[in-house]
Amino acid sequence: MVQAESSSLEPVAKRVYSYYPGCSLHASAKEFDVSAKLVCQKLGIELRELEDWICCGASAAHSTSHLLSLALPAHTLKQAGEKGLPLAVPCAMCFSRLRITLHELKKKETLDLVSRTLEKELSTDVTVESMLDVLANESISLPVTKPLERLKVACYYGCLLARPPEVIGCDDAENPQTMDRLMGRLGAEVADWGLKTSCCGAGVSFPRLDIVLKLSHRILSLARSTGADCIAVACPMCHANLDMYQKDMTAKHKEKTNLPVLYFTQLMGLALGFSPKELHLDRHLTDPLPMLREKGLA
Amino acid sequence: MSRIGVFVCHCGTNIGGVVDVPKVVEAAKQMPLVVFADENKYTCSELGQASIRNAIDEHRLDRVVVAACSPRMHENTFRRTVAAAGLNPYLLEIANIREHCSWVHSDHDEATVKAIDHVQMAVAKVARHEALFPKTIGLTKRALVIGGGVTGIQAALDIAATGHEVVLVEREPSVGGRMAQLDKTFPTLDCSACILTPKMVDVAQHPNITLLSYSEVKEVRGFVGNFEVDILKKAKMVDHSKCTGCGTCWQKCPGKVSSEFDLGLGQRTAIYIPFAQAVPNKPVIDLENCRYQTFLKWDESQGGKKPPECRICEKICPTKSIDWEQQDEIVTEKFGAIVVATGFKTFDHSVYGEYGGGRYPDVISSLQLERLMSAAGPTEGEVVRPSDGAHVKNVVFVQCVGSRDDRVGRPYCSKVCCMYTAKHAIMLKEHDPDVQCYVFYIDVRAGGKDFEEFARRAQDESGAIYLRGRVSHIYQDGKNLKVLGEDSLIGRPVEIEADLVVLATGMEASDNADTLAQTLNISYTIYNFLIEAHPKLRPVETQTDGVFVAGSAVGPRDIPECVAHGSAAAVKAVALLSQDSLKSDPLTSIVDPMKCVGCFACKVVCPFNAIEEQVTRDKRTVSSINENLCKGCGLCVVACRPGAINLRGFTSQQLLSEVLTLVRE
Repeated sequence: MVQAESSSLEPVAKRVYSYYPGCSLHASAKEFDVSAKLVCQKLGIELRELEDWICCGASAAHSTSHLLSLALPAHTLKQAGEKGLPLAVPCAMCFSRLRITLHELKKKETLDLVSRTLEKELSTDVTVESMLDVLANESISLPVTKPLERLKVACYYGCLLARPPEVIGCDDAENPQTMDRLMGRLGAEVADWGLKTSCCGAGVSFPRLDIVLKLSHRILSLARSTGADCIAVACPMCHANLDMYQKDMTAKHKEKTNLPVLYFTQLMGLALGFSPKELHLDRHLTDPLPMLREKGLA
Repeated sequence: MSRIGVFVCHCGTNIGGVVDVPKVVEAAKQMPLVVFADENKYTCSELGQASIRNAIDEHRLDRVVVAACSPRMHENTFRRTVAAAGLNPYLLEIANIREHCSWVHSDHDEATVKAIDHVQMAVAKVARHEALFPKTIGLTKRALVIGGGVTGIQAALDIAATGHEVVLVEREPSVGGRMAQLDKTFPTLDCSACILTPKMVDVAQHPNITLLSYSEVKEVRGFVGNFEVDILKKAKMVDHSKCTGCGTCWQKCPGKVSSEFDLGLGQRTAIYIPFAQAVPNKPVIDLENCRYQTFLKWDESQGGKKPPECRICEKICPTKSIDWEQQDEIVTEKFGAIVVATGFKTFDHSVYGEYGGGRYPDVISSLQLERLMSAAGPTEGEVVRPSDGAHVKNVVFVQCVGSRDDRVGRPYCSKVCCMYTAKHAIMLKEHDPDVQCYVFYIDVRAGGKDFEEFARRAQDESGAIYLRGRVSHIYQDGKNLKVLGEDSLIGRPVEIEADLVVLATGMEASDNADTLAQTLNISYTIYNFLIEAHPKLRPVETQTDGVFVAGSAVGPRDIPECVAHGSAAAVKAVALLSQDSLKSDPLTSIVDPMKCVGCFACKVVCPFNAIEEQVTRDKRTVSSINENLCKGCGLCVVACRPGAINLRGFTSQQLLSEVLTLVRE
């Protein structure tokens, strides 16, 4: 927090973050962006979106050029460093790319190389936090108006919020608890299940949809078998895979797959009193509204 | 004036291939006090040794320098050689021109110059050598064996068979160790208990063996032949001299707790014997879980209902053996030799989050499976799932759990897991022909008599499917477990639905092996396995004379190896105890009490506790060396500020003359 102190504008008590939405949150995962902002506002967390952020490179960059995969996030890290505020990142992929870049820039040769490439002087003096960690901070009190009672949530972290553990610093890479505890504080019942950090198939959906269908179906059906009413996610990629292909799965397995997949910020929003419309709950392909209505939450 | 002989060794081409040996001989002949110099192809050979003896005779040599390999290798050989020719064995000096010269240099000329320097230093030093004489010390002709597993049992029986007294100390209430927990043994499928229990009974009945069960070694003082050991006898709360082991108490005791012996799969009572064939077959009371103790500790401020007084065991014991007054007791015993056989424990698999981190009841360790398969186990030999008691059909084995894995700090191979897993696959098929076993492995390491055939049998006859690859994830899916892994031979992910997953947990040093090693002043590895004096040639000795190591306390070993090492350690201990007296090495430190100021800086640095305090006639407290403990390391010499300590065989004068020779030119 050295940066925060040096920035004379900030009142100490208020939580202020630089905000990096990433591409998805301006497009397919708009509801994550909207719900995260609403929840932050409610909890007194100020988000200041970086003016000139660019794509983190996602899986495209690091599968083509290692240098590119570091240079793109480094550009964003540079801006965040100049703001002197910790950087909050909702998307798990963006978070992972930023954290890994920060980790790699700690090696001097890498720092020099990327600095030369960007023609900018880079530093690693910046903090990157996932939106999940920002909101799950237990020192923040949650003014719950509509507890998520009767709702059983299977928290799904995916690969990138847990791994690699030495970079991400996840509490337990195989059985993380951060989101589970947060959902518990909102009044929900959480499922104890074994696929919290298993891969959904991610970007393989383009070349090999069959693999994604297999992996995502495994996650959905195990979550369903624990009696969960929905899955909570923190990653637009995971959300897309789990939410979008349920019709294909139903066709393939001759068994109806119908399990709503929500961003954890949307569930927080519901508990904090926002309406389904405000939280863009109507943007999911697997409609969560009937289930939420049945539970008295919508 | 001394008459020194120099013998330069070629060591085949080891030295002669690099160092110009004839040139070293010629140079030696020119050195002061040297009256004879010669070379040998192999000085350590009978021929080479004879040449030294003859030269001593012919040239009336009174000191000898052998320029050859490290003194660690042959110093004792050549001491005997010169002694045979009538010289004091300590009037010898070795110039190490192999390890310190020819093996580490490639430039022949420079190596020759260096070899000459070495010889010159040795000549300067040996000129100042004095005749030294070992002291005779007495010894206690009793052995202590620490650890009552199969290794310790074997060692104790073998020592006792030679007529020497043995005390066998075992931490648990019964001897037997890990082997007692096993069902069958590979590759012969002998029943483990059937072959072990007769030995356990022999230990209890042998007139030369005193068994101290439920006891621990706390403190060890003294030295080879004369150890003094404090042994903690934990309070059993049962008078074993009265108890007949009738079993009424443990049948009636209401205090039920999870059984350590059955690894949490079964229960035992608070007054208990760990298993039916336990030796001694007399119970101890586990005070933590005894209801009477709970009653005694209860006070009203805690609230709630006062617990019942219980004391059922006391009421029903026909021999009135329950003794609530018993206390932990420390007994001090004297021994001449100590055999350490503290064995191993299995790796705790809960660090593997991907295998469930200990969360899933049906993911068990191999040792737990042994208990399930054992007819004397918690399920009487029925292999059923711990979660719901259902019979198992699909069983997945995962090899190398806590072995060959740097991530968990266990890079070593535990050696026995490949074989015991093959045994499990064979046994499960025998228990139930419908069982299908899958084995995820890295390599199948089946080196040993009949091992490879046995491992093949698991596949060819018992139909176990061996999959080469690691398991990435295990999770609970309904009642069953899903096992995700890779078959690296076909490069495909595999998914198996299992009702039971068995993790082949590796071997670790037992708890507190490091503390015990420190107590005994013996070395141990970073994994707390004990270190032998030489891994090949002195496998059961240690750097501390009179302390021997055996079994899996030294590293992963199977039963036959443990038994062999137990016997080997016994022979070494007996060889020591059979002597009427011991000779101490005279190469020890010596204090000049006139120079000593009593600062005891020496005592702080001495790793062998050899420094004692002594009051002189003029009432000064000065340091004095216990020559039986001193190893001649020389640390005290360096630490001594007034220069009151000297090391025999390496006196300051001797070392200084070496240095002066070297710098004089």
